[in-house]
Amino acid sequence: MRMTLPFLILAILTLAGGVAAMTLRRLVHCALALSVAFAGLAALYLNLDAEFAGLAQLLVYVGAIAILIVFAILLTRGGDSDAEKSFSPAGIGGAVIALAVFAVLAWATETSGIAHPALVTPPPESAMREIGLALMQRYVLPLEVIALMLTAAMIGAVILAVRERRNPAGTESAERPGLGA
Amino acid sequence: MNPLAGCLLVSSLLFSVGLAGALTRRSAILVLAGIELMLNAANLNFIAFWRFGPHPEFLTGFVFVIFSIAVAAAEAAVGLALIVAIYRHAQTSDVSEITEMKG
Repeated sequence: MRMTLPFLILAILTLAGGVAAMTLRRLVHCALALSVAFAGLAALYLNLDAEFAGLAQLLVYVGAIAILIVFAILLTRGGDSDAEKSFSPAGIGGAVIALAVFAVLAWATETSGIAHPALVTPPPESAMREIGLALMQRYVLPLEVIALMLTAAMIGAVILAVRERRNPAGTESAERPGLGA
Repeated sequence: MNPLAGCLLVSSLLFSVGLAGALTRRSAILVLAGIELMLNAANLNFIAFWRFGPHPEFLTGFVFVIFSIAVAAAEAAVGLALIVAIYRHAQTSDVSEITEMKG
Protein backbone atom coordinates (compact mmCIF):
# COMPACT_ATOMS: atom_id res chain seq x y z
CA MET A 1 0.00 0.00 0.00
CA ARG A 2 1.54 3.23 -1.12
CA MET A 3 0.79 6.85 -0.55
CA THR A 4 -2.09 7.95 -2.68
CA LEU A 5 -2.19 10.90 -5.02
CA PRO A 6 -4.74 12.94 -2.98
CA PHE A 7 -2.55 12.57 0.07
CA LEU A 8 0.46 13.90 -1.85
CA ILE A 9 -1.49 16.85 -3.23
CA LEU A 10 -2.89 17.76 0.19
CA ALA A 11 0.52 17.38 1.84
CA ILE A 12 2.15 19.67 -0.73
CA LEU A 13 -0.66 22.22 -0.31
CA THR A 14 -0.34 22.16 3.48
CA LEU A 15 3.44 22.46 3.45
CA ALA A 16 3.36 25.24 0.85
CA GLY A 17 0.87 27.12 3.00
CA GLY A 18 3.03 26.67 6.07
CA VAL A 19 6.23 27.76 4.34
CA ALA A 20 4.50 30.79 2.83
CA ALA A 21 3.03 31.72 6.22
CA MET A 22 6.47 31.68 7.79
CA THR A 23 8.40 33.44 5.01
CA LEU A 24 6.16 36.12 3.50
CA ARG A 25 6.85 39.73 4.42
CA ARG A 26 3.41 41.21 4.89
CA LEU A 27 1.52 39.99 7.93
CA VAL A 28 -1.87 39.77 6.23
CA HIS A 29 -0.43 37.54 3.51
CA CYS A 30 1.05 35.37 6.26
CA ALA A 31 -2.36 35.02 7.90
CA LEU A 32 -3.98 34.02 4.59
CA ALA A 33 -1.26 31.45 3.89
CA LEU A 34 -1.70 30.14 7.43
CA SER A 35 -5.40 29.57 6.83
CA VAL A 36 -4.50 27.69 3.63
CA ALA A 37 -2.22 25.45 5.70
CA PHE A 38 -4.97 24.86 8.29
CA ALA A 39 -7.49 24.01 5.56
CA GLY A 40 -5.01 21.60 3.98
CA LEU A 41 -4.57 19.90 7.34
CA ALA A 42 -8.34 19.60 7.70
CA ALA A 43 -8.47 17.96 4.27
CA LEU A 44 -5.66 15.61 5.36
CA TYR A 45 -7.72 14.59 8.38
CA LEU A 46 -10.68 13.92 6.09
CA ASN A 47 -8.38 11.89 3.85
CA LEU A 48 -7.36 9.82 6.89
CA ASP A 49 -11.01 8.94 7.66
CA ALA A 50 -11.22 11.28 10.64
CA GLU A 51 -14.29 13.22 9.56
CA PHE A 52 -15.17 14.75 12.90
CA ALA A 53 -11.62 15.92 13.58
CA GLY A 54 -11.37 17.38 10.08
CA LEU A 55 -14.58 19.34 10.42
CA ALA A 56 -13.61 20.51 13.93
CA GLN A 57 -10.26 21.63 12.53
CA LEU A 58 -12.04 23.52 9.75
CA LEU A 59 -14.42 25.20 12.19
CA VAL A 60 -11.91 26.06 14.90
CA TYR A 61 -8.78 26.88 12.93
CA VAL A 62 -10.00 28.29 9.62
CA GLY A 63 -13.15 29.72 11.10
CA ALA A 64 -11.95 31.12 14.42
CA ILE A 65 -8.19 31.21 14.88
CA ALA A 66 -7.36 32.58 11.42
CA ILE A 67 -9.94 35.34 11.89
CA LEU A 68 -8.57 36.03 15.38
CA ILE A 69 -5.05 36.35 13.95
CA VAL A 70 -6.27 38.76 11.28
CA PHE A 71 -7.94 40.88 13.95
CA ALA A 72 -4.78 40.86 16.06
CA ILE A 73 -2.78 42.00 13.01
CA LEU A 74 -5.23 44.83 12.41
CA LEU A 75 -5.14 45.84 16.09
CA THR A 76 -1.33 45.88 16.32
CA ARG A 77 -0.49 47.49 13.03
CA GLY A 78 -0.35 51.15 13.91
CA GLY A 79 3.31 51.76 14.61
CA ASP A 80 4.81 49.00 12.55
CA SER A 81 5.56 49.52 8.92
CA ASP A 82 6.26 46.10 7.50
CA ALA A 83 9.77 46.87 6.47
CA GLU A 84 12.82 44.81 5.66
CA LYS A 85 13.32 43.72 9.25
CA SER A 86 10.79 40.94 9.41
CA PHE A 87 13.36 38.32 10.40
CA SER A 88 15.34 38.48 13.60
CA PRO A 89 19.14 38.80 13.45
CA ALA A 90 19.46 35.27 14.82
CA GLY A 91 17.51 33.96 11.86
CA ILE A 92 20.22 31.71 10.50
CA GLY A 93 20.61 29.99 13.85
CA GLY A 94 16.87 29.37 14.09
CA ALA A 95 16.75 27.88 10.61
CA VAL A 96 19.70 25.63 11.40
CA ILE A 97 18.02 24.44 14.60
CA ALA A 98 14.80 23.71 12.73
CA LEU A 99 16.72 21.77 10.06
CA ALA A 100 18.49 19.76 12.75
CA VAL A 101 15.15 18.95 14.41
CA PHE A 102 13.76 17.80 11.07
CA ALA A 103 16.81 15.66 10.45
CA VAL A 104 16.41 13.96 13.83
CA LEU A 105 12.68 13.37 13.32
CA ALA A 106 13.12 11.99 9.80
CA TRP A 107 15.97 9.75 10.97
CA ALA A 108 13.83 8.45 13.83
CA THR A 109 10.94 7.74 11.45
CA GLU A 110 13.22 5.97 8.99
CA THR A 111 15.04 3.80 11.52
CA SER A 112 12.06 2.94 13.72
CA GLY A 113 10.95 0.21 11.34
CA ILE A 114 7.55 1.83 10.92
CA ALA A 115 8.20 2.74 7.32
CA HIS A 116 8.98 -0.71 6.03
CA PRO A 117 6.14 -3.16 6.71
CA ALA A 118 3.25 -2.57 4.38
CA LEU A 119 0.44 -1.69 6.73
CA VAL A 120 -2.90 -2.77 5.39
CA THR A 121 -5.58 -1.76 7.81
CA PRO A 122 -9.24 -1.34 7.05
CA PRO A 123 -10.59 2.14 7.67
CA PRO A 124 -11.83 2.34 11.25
CA GLU A 125 -15.43 3.07 11.94
CA SER A 126 -15.48 6.58 13.29
CA ALA A 127 -19.22 6.85 13.44
CA MET A 128 -20.56 9.86 15.24
CA ARG A 129 -22.38 7.57 17.66
CA GLU A 130 -19.14 5.96 18.78
CA ILE A 131 -17.46 9.35 19.22
CA GLY A 132 -20.35 10.68 21.24
CA LEU A 133 -20.41 7.59 23.46
CA ALA A 134 -16.66 7.82 24.01
CA LEU A 135 -16.90 11.51 24.92
CA MET A 136 -19.82 10.93 27.27
CA GLN A 137 -18.58 7.76 28.96
CA ARG A 138 -14.87 7.18 28.95
CA TYR A 139 -13.67 10.75 28.44
CA VAL A 140 -16.34 12.65 30.33
CA LEU A 141 -13.94 14.03 32.95
CA PRO A 142 -11.51 15.52 30.38
CA LEU A 143 -14.51 16.96 28.58
CA GLU A 144 -15.66 18.79 31.71
CA VAL A 145 -12.13 20.00 32.41
CA ILE A 146 -11.90 21.32 28.84
CA ALA A 147 -15.19 23.17 29.31
CA LEU A 148 -13.91 24.77 32.51
CA MET A 149 -10.61 25.68 30.83
CA LEU A 150 -12.38 27.27 27.84
CA THR A 151 -14.48 29.40 30.18
CA ALA A 152 -11.40 30.47 32.13
CA ALA A 153 -9.52 31.25 28.91
CA MET A 154 -12.39 33.34 27.60
CA ILE A 155 -12.61 35.38 30.79
CA GLY A 156 -8.83 35.73 30.88
CA ALA A 157 -8.63 36.91 27.28
CA VAL A 158 -11.31 39.52 27.88
CA ILE A 159 -9.56 40.77 31.04
CA LEU A 160 -6.20 40.93 29.26
CA ALA A 161 -7.38 42.68 26.14
CA VAL A 162 -9.79 45.15 27.67
CA ARG A 163 -8.56 48.71 27.49
CA GLU A 164 -7.41 49.96 30.86
CA ARG A 165 -9.26 52.93 32.23
CA ARG A 166 -7.40 56.15 31.70
CA ASN A 167 -6.56 58.16 34.77
CA PRO A 168 -8.16 61.58 34.79
CA ALA A 169 -4.94 63.20 36.03
CA GLY A 170 -3.10 62.22 32.90
CA THR A 171 -0.60 59.95 34.59
CA GLU A 172 -1.05 57.34 31.94
CA SER A 173 1.79 58.56 29.79
CA ALA A 174 4.11 58.33 32.76
CA GLU A 175 3.10 54.73 33.31
CA ARG A 176 4.02 53.81 29.79
CA PRO A 177 7.75 53.66 29.41
CA GLY A 178 8.66 53.65 25.77
CA LEU A 179 10.26 50.31 25.19
CA GLY A 180 12.95 49.90 22.64
CA ALA A 181 13.54 53.61 22.47
CA MET B 1 6.92 4.26 1.85
CA ASN B 2 3.59 3.46 3.43
CA PRO B 3 0.95 6.04 4.37
CA LEU B 4 1.93 6.12 8.05
CA ALA B 5 5.51 7.03 7.23
CA GLY B 6 4.25 9.62 4.75
CA CYS B 7 2.10 11.21 7.45
CA LEU B 8 5.01 11.22 9.87
CA LEU B 9 7.27 12.83 7.28
CA VAL B 10 4.72 15.53 6.44
CA SER B 11 4.16 16.22 10.10
CA SER B 12 7.87 16.50 10.89
CA LEU B 13 8.30 18.88 7.94
CA LEU B 14 5.39 20.96 9.22
CA PHE B 15 6.86 20.95 12.72
CA SER B 16 10.22 22.14 11.41
CA VAL B 17 8.60 24.92 9.37
CA GLY B 18 6.68 26.07 12.43
CA LEU B 19 9.80 25.90 14.59
CA ALA B 20 11.82 27.88 12.06
CA GLY B 21 9.09 30.52 11.92
CA ALA B 22 8.79 30.74 15.69
CA LEU B 23 12.54 31.11 16.04
CA THR B 24 13.23 33.54 13.21
CA ARG B 25 10.25 35.87 12.82
CA ARG B 26 10.16 39.16 14.69
CA SER B 27 6.42 39.69 14.78
CA ALA B 28 4.92 38.19 17.93
CA ILE B 29 1.80 37.18 15.99
CA LEU B 30 3.86 35.09 13.59
CA VAL B 31 5.71 33.48 16.49
CA LEU B 32 2.29 32.40 17.78
CA ALA B 33 1.36 31.17 14.29
CA GLY B 34 4.52 29.06 14.22
CA ILE B 35 3.54 27.52 17.55
CA GLU B 36 0.10 26.76 16.12
CA LEU B 37 1.74 25.02 13.16
CA MET B 38 3.79 22.87 15.53
CA LEU B 39 0.64 21.93 17.47
CA ASN B 40 -1.05 20.98 14.22
CA ALA B 41 1.88 18.78 13.26
CA ALA B 42 1.47 16.91 16.54
CA ASN B 43 -2.26 16.54 15.84
CA LEU B 44 -1.50 15.05 12.43
CA ASN B 45 0.72 12.48 14.14
CA PHE B 46 -2.08 11.55 16.54
CA ILE B 47 -4.55 11.10 13.68
CA ALA B 48 -2.07 9.05 11.66
CA PHE B 49 -1.28 6.71 14.55
CA TRP B 50 -4.99 6.36 15.32
CA ARG B 51 -5.79 5.55 11.69
CA PHE B 52 -2.99 3.05 11.11
CA GLY B 53 -2.60 1.76 14.65
CA PRO B 54 -3.64 -1.67 15.86
CA HIS B 55 -6.72 -0.58 17.80
CA PRO B 56 -8.55 2.25 16.06
CA GLU B 57 -11.83 1.28 17.71
CA PHE B 58 -10.72 2.76 21.03
CA LEU B 59 -10.64 6.27 19.49
CA THR B 60 -7.79 7.32 21.77
CA GLY B 61 -5.75 9.44 19.36
CA PHE B 62 -8.92 10.79 17.83
CA VAL B 63 -10.32 12.06 21.12
CA PHE B 64 -6.89 13.44 22.01
CA VAL B 65 -6.96 15.51 18.82
CA ILE B 66 -10.40 16.87 19.67
CA PHE B 67 -9.18 17.98 23.11
CA SER B 68 -5.97 19.32 21.63
CA ILE B 69 -7.92 21.50 19.18
CA ALA B 70 -9.94 22.91 22.08
CA VAL B 71 -6.78 23.65 24.08
CA ALA B 72 -5.18 25.28 21.03
CA ALA B 73 -8.21 27.52 20.60
CA ALA B 74 -7.94 28.70 24.20
CA GLU B 75 -4.19 29.17 23.83
CA ALA B 76 -4.60 31.26 20.68
CA ALA B 77 -7.23 33.46 22.31
CA VAL B 78 -5.13 34.14 25.41
CA GLY B 79 -1.93 34.55 23.38
CA LEU B 80 -3.43 37.07 21.00
CA ALA B 81 -4.97 38.97 23.90
CA LEU B 82 -1.50 39.09 25.49
CA ILE B 83 -0.01 40.37 22.24
CA VAL B 84 -2.64 43.09 21.99
CA ALA B 85 -2.04 44.07 25.63
CA ILE B 86 1.74 44.19 25.09
CA TYR B 87 1.24 46.26 21.94
CA ARG B 88 -0.86 48.70 23.90
CA HIS B 89 1.82 48.90 26.55
CA ALA B 90 4.93 49.05 24.38
CA GLN B 91 3.56 50.29 21.04
CA THR B 92 5.25 47.46 19.20
CA SER B 93 4.68 43.78 18.55
CA ASP B 94 8.29 43.11 17.60
CA VAL B 95 9.63 40.48 19.96
CA SER B 96 13.21 41.72 19.66
CA GLU B 97 12.24 45.21 20.83
CA ILE B 98 10.38 44.08 23.95
CA THR B 99 13.38 43.88 26.26
CA GLU B 100 11.91 44.95 29.59
CA MET B 101 12.72 41.64 31.27
CA LYS B 102 16.15 41.23 29.71
CA GLY B 103 18.67 40.44 32.40
